[in-house]
Amino acid sequence: MKEELLRRILSSYKGRREDLIPILQAVQANFGRLPEEAMLRIARFIGIPESEVYSVASFYTQFRLTPLGRKHVTVCRGTACHIRSAPQILQEIEKVVGIEEGEVTPDLEYSLETVACIGCCALAPCIRINRDVYGELTPERARELFSTSKQMSP
Amino acid sequence: MSNRRCTVLICQGTGCISGGAEQIFSSLEEEVTRLNLGESVQIKRTGCHGFCQRGPLIVIEPESIFYSKVKLDDVPEIVQSLLPEGKPLERLFYHDPVTGKPIPHYGDIPFYNKQERTVLRNCGHIDPEDIGDFLAVGGYEALRKALFDMTPEQVIEEVKHSGLRGLGGAGFPTGRKWEACRVAPGEEKYIICNGDEGDPGAFQDRSTMEGDPHSVLEGMIIAGYAIGAKKGFVYVRAEYPLAVKRLKIAITQAREEGFLGKDILGSGFDFDIEIFQGAGAFVCGESTALVLSIQGKRGMPKPLPRPRTAEAGLWDKPTLLNNVKTFANIPLIINRGWKWFASRGTEKSKGTAIFSLTGKVANCGLIEVPMGITLREVIYDIGGGIPGGKAFKAVQTGGPSGGCLPASFLDMPVDFDSLITAGSMMGSGGMVVMDEDTCMVDVARYFLDFTRRESCGQCIPCRLGTEQMFEILDDITKGQGRPEDIELLLELSDAIIHGSLCALGKTAPNPVLTTIRYFRGEYEAHIDEKWCPAGVCRELIKEKGSSPETVGRK
Repeated sequence: MKEELLRRILSSYKGRREDLIPILQAVQANFGRLPEEAMLRIARFIGIPESEVYSVASFYTQFRLTPLGRKHVTVCRGTACHIRSAPQILQEIEKVVGIEEGEVTPDLEYSLETVACIGCCALAPCIRINRDVYGELTPERARELFSTSKQMSP
Repeated sequence: MSNRRCTVLICQGTGCISGGAEQIFSSLEEEVTRLNLGESVQIKRTGCHGFCQRGPLIVIEPESIFYSKVKLDDVPEIVQSLLPEGKPLERLFYHDPVTGKPIPHYGDIPFYNKQERTVLRNCGHIDPEDIGDFLAVGGYEALRKALFDMTPEQVIEEVKHSGLRGLGGAGFPTGRKWEACRVAPGEEKYIICNGDEGDPGAFQDRSTMEGDPHSVLEGMIIAGYAIGAKKGFVYVRAEYPLAVKRLKIAITQAREEGFLGKDILGSGFDFDIEIFQGAGAFVCGESTALVLSIQGKRGMPKPLPRPRTAEAGLWDKPTLLNNVKTFANIPLIINRGWKWFASRGTEKSKGTAIFSLTGKVANCGLIEVPMGITLREVIYDIGGGIPGGKAFKAVQTGGPSGGCLPASFLDMPVDFDSLITAGSMMGSGGMVVMDEDTCMVDVARYFLDFTRRESCGQCIPCRLGTEQMFEILDDITKGQGRPEDIELLLELSDAIIHGSLCALGKTAPNPVLTTIRYFRGEYEAHIDEKWCPAGVCRELIKEKGSSPETVGRK
């Protein structure tokens, strides 16, 4: 199944060096992370050492080797968010969800990370849960956001 | 019988979407269909209107009625108001925060009426997913003019004479870059549009790509014709999924209409554009790093001496790399001529500047102003001043490469060179306003935390220097600062500026240098008195004899 999916992803590329980042992006979009076996296969497909694939994967912040939670929370730490109390929002979320930045809950429900800037600075401070952006947060609103979304989840 | 015709424009920028603009859009469509108003009322989605903080935004044309903070529940009433006997809904008008007076038309709102929206002229007015809208406002006419009435050399002359400078941050003269690329030897050449926008606190590239993608493409195609390239890349941040989506749609539509691909409009010129999604690395703003990243490698800047990207860029071929806003200016210059462009702005900074105005300011959003406007006009007239009766403390421009300027600079004109002289820079256009509750040491620490994480690590001054500076700043904010720390920070800054390979390192100390230069008292309070005057640094919040008003301000 997974083998088949990986084969299908690779077959849509020519295997040139410049395909590496788009392939890693496609694999991560489908698998939620970059599995080690996949990186080995990509290395063979492009014809470069596996260490090169790993070196690129570890350089860019987008790539991850561990899976994301079903609700992936991104806290913006842009300048506008920072001076409008993003650090407190992050602390509050860490408290409510029970994990620290960069971690995933054991039940894979939540993962939490920070990002340089979401680009919604006028709504600072803001966070993203999966694809949805929530702006003008306060620690209280952040807490509410998570207690309601916890109730909504099955 | 209804004979009133109107268009309801609803912003579908990322900011408004986060406030529910997509649902409002569908609900408006349903309501208009239900009441059978399809003949007289047109519902249209647009890109960012700029006033993101007041979103979701709706503009009703032709009267230019402006509704802000619209909610889903408002939809039935809005549609009712469009009936022949309907009246505009006053409660949705923008209310002046000072006088409380309702302002119905967006042209009368102070946030808009001091702006000069030329690059952003289409954002908020056309549907970015419909090429027909773009064509209706004269889109791709500049391309036609360039291809059929001008030689590539004439196009470059036009850009050179206009005085346009790169809007990605450094302000290098655009025409000179184009010329260098045109004369560089080699058959194969490339165009790259840098839409990576890694600066925290900036979102104008995002809004331009989301709100008016065709203008960017048109600028790129004209550039391709001018320098003799057949292929272009738009390098977009992976964190900008909506920009990627809209660009993809725009590229497909442009191909269908014959503006991209083989033999464009029958002129014999071939040019195509591909999207490359960045993978999250601030250092890829550096041209040599960005180029390596497209080639599938780690984005690490090439050591000096290195050939310029215009001579040896992508796969070592001559490559023209410009920012989103720079390309978006090109169709305007070709259409209206260099004289028009050069007549605006200051002597050395022509045209307009686009800022993401955010932070402790009443009106946050995306603004476009003539170069040379003062910081005071931007912050107080357009931005509406500092909310909550707080005092202005500083404005940060240029992101991690820029600096913090105090109140004594409020009357300084905003242009490339004045900002550099003051120790800051234009950068990619972030403008973050800070009030008395912002701690300048904490801000410096914040930026160093950013640059140390984003350093690519290949050169020691940047990799270890930024780390050292961060640790010293961190100590100061925790009450563990030592009297010699300020001098040490200045010394380290000097070494990093002179020893780093690329602009990331060379500019990383700027936020520290400007905060020391203009707010030294605040550093001293942290170090000598173990006290944070702004009340931000947790370990240092305590009552103090001297009043915060006297510390750190010029």
